[in-house]
Amino acid sequence: MPEPSGPEDKRVAIEARGIVKEFGEGPSALRALDDVSISIRENEFFTLLGPSGCGKTTLLRMIAGFEYPTEGAILLHGEDIAGLPPFKRPVNTVFQSYALFPHLTVEENVAFGLEMLGRSKAEITSRVAAMLKLVRMEELAKRRTDQISGGQAQRVALARALAPGPKVLLLDEPLSALDYKLRKEMQIELKRMQHETGITFVFVTHDQEEALTMSDRIAIMSKGRVLQIGSPWDIYDKPADRFVADFIGETNFLTASVLGIENGLARVRLKSGAEIVATIAEGLTPRDEATLVVRPEHARAVASGGQVSGAVENVVYFGTDTHIHVRLDAGDIFMVRQQNRRTQSCGFEVGDRVGIEIASDAAQVLRD
Amino acid sequence: MASAAEIAKRAERENIRGRWLLSAPALVIIFIAAIGPLFVMLAYSFMTKGDYGDVKPVFSLDGWFSVFFQRDIFDDTLSIADAHLSIIWRSVRLSVITTLATLALGFPTAYFIATRPRHTREMWVFLVTIPFWTNLLIRTFAMQQVIRNEGVLNTGLRALGIIDQPLQIMYTDWAILFGMVYVYLPLMVLPLYASMEKLDFRLVEAGYDLYASRLAVLRRIIIPLVKPGIVAGSILVFIPSLGAYVIPRVLGGGKNLMLGNLIELQFGSGRNWPLGAALSITLMAVVMLALMVYVRNAARSGAGHG
Amino acid sequence: MARWGTRRFDIRVQPGFGTIALFTFALLYLPIVTLVVYAFNGSDSLSSWGGFSLRWFADAARNGAVQDAALRSFIVAVLAAGIATVAATMAAIATTRTAPYRGLGFKYAFINQPLMVPEIVTAVALLIVFSRVKVWTGYSGLGYLVLAHTAFCIPFAYLPIRARLEGMDSSLERAAADLYATPWMAFRRVTLPLLRPGIIAGFMLAFVISLDDVVITEFVKSGGQDTLPTYMLGQIRRAVTPEINAIATAFLALSVLLVTVFFFINRRKA
Repeated sequence: MPEPSGPEDKRVAIEARGIVKEFGEGPSALRALDDVSISIRENEFFTLLGPSGCGKTTLLRMIAGFEYPTEGAILLHGEDIAGLPPFKRPVNTVFQSYALFPHLTVEENVAFGLEMLGRSKAEITSRVAAMLKLVRMEELAKRRTDQISGGQAQRVALARALAPGPKVLLLDEPLSALDYKLRKEMQIELKRMQHETGITFVFVTHDQEEALTMSDRIAIMSKGRVLQIGSPWDIYDKPADRFVADFIGETNFLTASVLGIENGLARVRLKSGAEIVATIAEGLTPRDEATLVVRPEHARAVASGGQVSGAVENVVYFGTDTHIHVRLDAGDIFMVRQQNRRTQSCGFEVGDRVGIEIASDAAQVLRD
Repeated sequence: MASAAEIAKRAERENIRGRWLLSAPALVIIFIAAIGPLFVMLAYSFMTKGDYGDVKPVFSLDGWFSVFFQRDIFDDTLSIADAHLSIIWRSVRLSVITTLATLALGFPTAYFIATRPRHTREMWVFLVTIPFWTNLLIRTFAMQQVIRNEGVLNTGLRALGIIDQPLQIMYTDWAILFGMVYVYLPLMVLPLYASMEKLDFRLVEAGYDLYASRLAVLRRIIIPLVKPGIVAGSILVFIPSLGAYVIPRVLGGGKNLMLGNLIELQFGSGRNWPLGAALSITLMAVVMLALMVYVRNAARSGAGHG
Repeated sequence: MARWGTRRFDIRVQPGFGTIALFTFALLYLPIVTLVVYAFNGSDSLSSWGGFSLRWFADAARNGAVQDAALRSFIVAVLAAGIATVAATMAAIATTRTAPYRGLGFKYAFINQPLMVPEIVTAVALLIVFSRVKVWTGYSGLGYLVLAHTAFCIPFAYLPIRARLEGMDSSLERAAADLYATPWMAFRRVTLPLLRPGIIAGFMLAFVISLDDVVITEFVKSGGQDTLPTYMLGQIRRAVTPEINAIATAFLALSVLLVTVFFFINRRKA
């Protein structure tokens, strides 16, 4: 999909133009990527986000040179790199399995790329030391790679990929093998390193939370297509379609009939009869029937009033907040997330009648 | 500028061409010194036998004909080639008995190894592996020392007073049978063990839980689950038994021939190369048939489990 | 019988299996032990025990025919196993870690063919072809033996190398390519070092197989080209003296040594 280019638009590092990738041939061919166009700016933390099988890893491997597109072109700083084998591309990868060479030490792993580039001994030594310092692995330089932990292996893989000074660093789900706490730490570490090195990071993940916290911009992919590209805020708050809204965060969907449109806002009537004003997803002309999306934290359960009402079906306590699942009179489930207060519970019990108050401008009309 | 599609195609083509080049030396060597000669032999089986061995390049079906029939030297009448057929029959019979005997010994042995504690299991497997990798001729010769008239077996039996005359085992079918069972036993145990090692003993537990006796567990649970190993082991024993050459030559003496010796004879004193070639191809055909049965069986059991 | 009632029921036990297994192991080792014991027999004949002696080993070592045959066996085995290992390594790389392509199944069948045909059949087929070639070219050296041995060694060398390759993470080579290694450098610096245990195992298997071969050698060799096994085969048919036991025992010791080394290489890998 076309991307709005603003005045803040920086130089483009990587551009994918109309990429199509088919595996197999003839009618049984599997289309892994279907007309994908993305441009990634210099010095950007760019994330490809989507469920497994959406084509994000295929796209990454194509940038690295391990797959060839069936159609389309990949440009690195404006130059077509289709004909370049992986070992001639100034792009390095952090592999999902890390792919550390088991017969080499940590140090030798990090030095590998520099050696292959034919750098001098002195340069290699100092560069390797600098990289190990960057990832805080100086002490384990002489260890063999089967003698270090998963988190450490991850750091070595990063140092190894950064050592040759690539223009772009590709990261293929690098955190997926780590446990929760380590993952959180590495997310911050990665951000820091990207900031310090100023290298463009292209990050592949299926974890929406990871994508939201780390990225400058995110491309959401599904079934070989790019559904939306934007900042984390854009993606969360203004999802372009139902898939994006559903994939990112928790969401309530309501059906409504559109009464009229003015100034980019739609007046809609809910099944309960209440009328509200909703924003409209970018580039969309709503039809008569529309789907509304409301984030759970943008609604409030109230004892009386509200635009819709129903009965409490379940109350789930989460520590910082409580989720209240309400069966609406129209039959759908609506979830409300309320911040917990220290002194009192949420005040509702299963079976209670409640109203739901949707904050003004919280609802958005979606493309289906 | 080449299009993306062309580049992808070219990379694919280069990859496959590279793979052919890499495998070329192995393929060429095997063609020259294994497969190619088989085709030459096939051609030889349709030629006329030479006077002093070798062949004359004249088409003839005599080689194939004399696998099954013989022409009387004096009156030119045809009769069934009893000698050949009895040797072929002996080969098949001894191979089948060898297979059954190795199975009877090998199955409990493999099961025994598979049920040892993990750390001692390796040692037992190792004990089977050593004879497996020991020279076949040496093992045949070793067996000869056990069964010959003054050998360990006869001396032992005599010392125990069980017999007073040595049993004549050497140069009988029994000697060949002992030799083949002994030599091919590891070939039965190893594949059987490989499939028993994977046996999930929770299934055996489930069998006992459902009131099965030990025999019923063996028959209804263990044997069906390790069937691929039984088939593999049987094939691995049957095929070399059928083509055995060294064992009958050393233990069977000159009289008790098997197919392998009959073939050799045609290239030696028999000087009938077309017949030898035809017999070789017959042997190979039987082996291929057995392998096909195996492959089909393996494919079926693979599909059943997958 | 009360004792039985309290005994733990072991689900793994099948009655009689242990006895048969122990009988099998006895059967496997009794002949070998007999052979070895007689090798140290001081008596002139195999029928009586003449006390412990190394004289037959000394005799065998002094025997010129044995020396020749042993040296020839060794040369053929080293050459055949060496060539087979190189060819098998290349073939293994060409046939693993790839999407199926046209001809892949053909390659498998081709490479494993020597395993599927009875040795005697290959042996006479080689006799037919090589006897012609010997007449045409006038060359009757060791080349024929080396070539024939190489062919049947290839599948044995191929097996462990292929197994090793299939267990290898292919992203390692991708990582090397990503780090600017050309295909050749990636092979030399990453694939080859990781493949080394498989290659060693393959070479050793091929070496043992070549060293052990009787049938094909018997039919391919020219006059005066006995290897140790064919020399022994010839001797066994004549009068058997404990010298054969001594040769066999030495041979056996070598095989056991190789198998043991092989076993431990494989175990370390796992």
